Amino acid sequence: MTTSTLAGVAVERDAEGFLADPSLWSEAMATEIAREEGVELTPRHWEVVRFMRHAYETTGAGPNVRLLAKTSGVSVRELYALFPRGPAKTAAKIAGIPKPHGCI
Amino acid sequence: MAEPITKVSIVVSKGSLEGVYPALIMANGARAEGMEANLFFTFFGLDAINAKRIEHVKVAAVGNPGLHMASLLGVLPGMSAIATRMMEHKMDEFDIPGLPEFIELVADAGCGLYGCKASADLFGFSEGDFVPQVKSIITVGEFYAMSAGGQIIFT
Repeated sequence: MTTSTLAGVAVERDAEGFLADPSLWSEAMATEIAREEGVELTPRHWEVVRFMRHAYETTGAGPNVRLLAKTSGVSVRELYALFPRGPAKTAAKIAGIPKPHGCI
Repeated sequence: MAEPITKVSIVVSKGSLEGVYPALIMANGARAEGMEANLFFTFFGLDAINAKRIEHVKVAAVGNPGLHMASLLGVLPGMSAIATRMMEHKMDEFDIPGLPEFIELVADAGCGLYGCKASADLFGFSEGDFVPQVKSIITVGEFYAMSAGGQIIFT
């Protein structure tokens, strides 16, 4: 765990950059995390990020890529175009939630 | 910390369900982690991308100690189909996609799918025999060139 400042708030992050405490997250932080990931957030990115956030808040976990595509209606192909470094992983990091688990 | 893996090339040489799935799961997982991934189907592994055979890839009922049943039973007609049906049922329970959907998933995820030229020649297959997700039939040399800078996994 390392402490860094995101959008003026000191937060703990793990080795991969996921927030240790999702409750500290804000949309301003999302923009900063996205920039670290080489992603400039468009409205379509935001749809996915908010969807991940909502999934976490309602189910306790963010979905993997296949489930994300199935439930959000954004195709696997488009998800990878939006987040080339791994859609579920990157969108979860930007949404301030833990990394999705599961192998498929 | 060790240098992270950024690219994998996975060779699929077996034509059984249990021979194909691990490779697809690893390729899909690699893409989900943001890694580059290629799948190279060779020998009986070609069945997994053969348009006529993709729906009929089965669990091996003979010579498969993992099934935990008497070897002699494995040779009975229909045993492979039963084992496959049981496996597919179990996979469905855990929301693991069927083979055609899985091939589509890894292709949509940006994984490159290739057939082995030597094997395709041997079995008399051409590009038209394969599912549309297959990019092309390539030689071993082209496979190595494509795998440069990454890890090669043989399954």
